[in-house]
Formats: sequence, C-alpha cells, structure tokens
Amino acid sequence: MATADELKASDITPESVYRRRRELIGAGLASPLLALAGCSEAKVPAAPNAAKDSPDGFKTLDEKTRFEDVTSYNNFYEFGTGKADPAQNAHSLITDPWIIQVSGEAEVTGAYHLDKFLKGQTVQDRIYRLRCVEGWSMVIPWQGVPLADLLKRFKPTSKAKYVAFTSKADYRQMPGMAYNSIPWPYREGLRMDEAMHPLTLLATGLYGKPMPNQNGAPIRLVVPWKYGFKSIKSIVRIHFSETQPQTSWNMLQPDEYGFYSNVNPAVDHPRWSQASERRIAGTGSKLFADRIATLPFNGYAAQVASLYKGMDLRKWF
Amino acid sequence: MVLSRRLDWRWIGLKTLAHLLALLPAAGMLYRALNDRLGADPVAALTHQTGDWAIRLLLLSLAMTPLRKLLGQAWPIRFRRLIGLYAFFYASLHFCVYLFLDLGSGYWSQIGADILKRPFITVGFSAWLLLLPLAITSNQWMMRKLKKKWLTLHKLVYLIGVLAVLHYYWLVKSDIREPLMYGGILLALFGVRLAYWQRTRTATASGIRHGQKPT
Repeated sequence: MATADELKASDITPESVYRRRRELIGAGLASPLLALAGCSEAKVPAAPNAAKDSPDGFKTLDEKTRFEDVTSYNNFYEFGTGKADPAQNAHSLITDPWIIQVSGEAEVTGAYHLDKFLKGQTVQDRIYRLRCVEGWSMVIPWQGVPLADLLKRFKPTSKAKYVAFTSKADYRQMPGMAYNSIPWPYREGLRMDEAMHPLTLLATGLYGKPMPNQNGAPIRLVVPWKYGFKSIKSIVRIHFSETQPQTSWNMLQPDEYGFYSNVNPAVDHPRWSQASERRIAGTGSKLFADRIATLPFNGYAAQVASLYKGMDLRKWF
Repeated sequence: MVLSRRLDWRWIGLKTLAHLLALLPAAGMLYRALNDRLGADPVAALTHQTGDWAIRLLLLSLAMTPLRKLLGQAWPIRFRRLIGLYAFFYASLHFCVYLFLDLGSGYWSQIGADILKRPFITVGFSAWLLLLPLAITSNQWMMRKLKKKWLTLHKLVYLIGVLAVLHYYWLVKSDIREPLMYGGILLALFGVRLAYWQRTRTATASGIRHGQKPT
C-alpha cells in the first residue's frame, strides 16, 4: 500500500472533475436513455474522500473547512443551543488553571493540572473529517495527542473495559446551562479498544492555534469515525470503568443516539436520512455546493471496521 | 368623494408598507446570500430563516380575526389575506430551499422516501400542500364563486397551523423552546377564538331567553 508521501498527484481525482460529479450524475438522470445504455455511468468519478487519505487515516487531502467556519459554527450546548452561540458566549470559560480528574479501574489515578497531564507528550498534526449527526460535515486540522499514549500512563487494569469522559459544567462560566437542553454535565464514553485506537485524539488546538473556547478548550476528544457529539469538549474527568458508561445524547433519546454512534449511511437517524451530508469546506459560497455521499465510518472503515467485526451495526448503532 | 379618495390613498400607502415589511426578511436573506454572510452552513441558515418567517406570518394572519374583535375595528381583516399569502410565499421558499439547495437534483430520488418516512417532513409537506388551495382561492372571484364553501375551505388554516408547529417541534434535537413558543401562541389564538365563540353563544342564548332578537 502506498504511503501518503507516495501518493502521486495523478492518483487523485482532479478537483475540477470531482467538483462536477453531481453535474455528471445529474446529466445521467436527465438523459435516462444514456443512463440505461450505461454510457453516462462510466463518466462519473468515484466518491473523492476516502481515496484521498493517508493510509493510516491521519491526514486527508479533502478540502479543509475555513478557520472562521470551524470556529463560528459549533454545537456546544453549555454556551447555548444556537450554532453561533458558543462563539459568542464561550469567552467566559476559564481554561487556566485546568484540572483533569482521572479515576476508576487504573493503577494510577488522581487530579492533574493540564500541563502535568500532557507532560512528555509530543503534539501531533491530524486532518480529520468531522461528521455531525445533523447531516453536515467539516474537515479540520487538529493538533493533539493520541488518547492511547495518555491513557497508558495511568495503567488501566484488566477490569477497564470502557473510558468515560465528562465535560466541565459550571453555571457561572457557561450561560447555556441555565436551560436544561441536556442533563448536565455532558458525558461521553468509548470502549477501551476505541479509546486506544491510533485515530482517537485528545486535541489541544486547531489550525496551529490553541483550542478556541467554542471548540472545546483546552482539551477535547476527536473520534473521526463517529458522529461529532461523541467528540466531547472541555474534558475535566476521565474514568476507567468495567461497565458501559452513560452518555448524554443516549440518556436523552436512546432510540436516536446509540452508545457507538459510528457514522453509518445505512442506518438513518429515526427522523432524518444519514446517507449524505452537506460538506462545509473551502472558501467559496456553500450555497450551491453539492451534497456528498456519507461514507461508512466517515471514510475510516479501512482503519476501524475491524473493531466491530461480528457486530450487527444496525443493532449497535 | 374627496374624503374617500384621501382615505384610499392612505389605504394604498398602508398596503404598500405591509408588502414592504413582509418582503423585508426575504430581501435580507437575498442580501446575505449574495454576500456570503449566511454563516458556515448557508443552506441550513436559509432553511431555518424561511421556515421561521412562514410560521410567524401564518400565526400573524391567524391573529387578525381576534385582533379585529379586541379592537372593535375592521382594518386587521383587510391585512389577513396579504399576510396569509406571504406565509405561503415563505413556506414555498422554505420548500424550494430544501428541494434545490439542500437536496439538489442529485438527491431528488430521496424526496419520496423523505415525505413518507420522516414524520417532520410529512407534516411540513402536508402543511404546504394544504396552503396551496388556500392561496389559489384567496382572490375575490374565487370567494364569490365558492360562497359558503370558501369559509369552510379556509378553516383549513387551523390545521395548517397545528401541522406547522408539529413540523418544527419534531425536527429539533433537544431545544424545544421555540417550537413550544409558537405552539403556545397558536393555542392562545385558538383560546381567544373559543372565548369569543362561547360569549357569542351565551349572549345569543340569553338574548333569546329575554325575548330579544338574537344578534
């Protein structure tokens, strides 16, 4: 398999071609005879995204989302349920000092200052797709530390089957908490093997800048093959547990948001389709941008599908 | 003669103002769309804004009858059709944004499934579909032609109001405050109607009891 460096420009569908893919499909629809004859189908280029990632999935060549869009369109209900609310309100979040509590089934536990928590770790660059359960997606350059590297230091015991995360919840700093849109604090969790996967990142920055408050400063989870709400923001607690932890959206609506919540175009949200998405990327107007097909595991199937071998993904959605 | 012409001019001025006010949100959306100022997800922004204005104007049109009774003046009724038609205008824009900007021709095959399988789209589409005959029959000619049936037909607007609120309520993820607010306004408007209806009924009944001519 070719590595990222070996990918030749000619391996990649030229942007001018893949930008026109809908037009081409549209042309096929408009001329059913041609489509029947199979003439137009051959002209349709393959979905662009998965093919443009490095083999480890660490970096995609998909067009990135502008910094302004990444930092102005957020779901962070502690600062309000509107997409623009976090950017407007999150300035009140105090991120220094920041203490992370580590507890549960591990040999080393305790409370750590963020700098001590991250001590000795090398910050890495990742460019991941982020697919929101609402049907839009972004491509974000993150900086962070693989979660596995951090968790290993606490020597989780054999009883540690899951990792639970908790967001900061402070009514004085987070005005959106006045409305109970979610049972606070926000909670998320991963199975141990998901947490230890090399794609799973604890991000401390984006676009080379310290993590903006509205994006989950100072430290947040990024799990690129799961719907965005799994990537919990502003983490203050990490807990190793033997049983599957409670997660906020699942507590709120268990039939709509499963514990796994892997991106899956074949399993619709009960209220809307998950087969396609609006990609928020690039500098041009997104008003007339085409929808793109959503890929299984958000295009990271090659890296993570094996984690779910033998599982019925319709049942364990 | 001179007086009535002067009144006519005032009336034309008011109507023009109402048209301009009703078109203002659309003009704002167009301006922001052309200048890329609709935020990161402009399609979602347009969907939400057109939907918001459709439901607001629908409720406003429903408020005109109670307003006439509260004020004891006839003028609110003269704006009812105009407001109702703009509610239909924004509902149609809302539907068009979903069809042409959100789905786009590449995903039109999904529409049938969306309408059948997604309750919030089912009720939203039904609301728009039911608005269609009301918009078509909103002119004087149709009113005269349909006579009493016109009133019956236009009672559909109550159902449309309920469907529109339900459409909104069913699509939000967890923050139900806004759909509840619109639902509350709708209930209040129903309540006022019910109160007036009740009062008219008892007034009529007592009028009869006292041997007076029912009004």
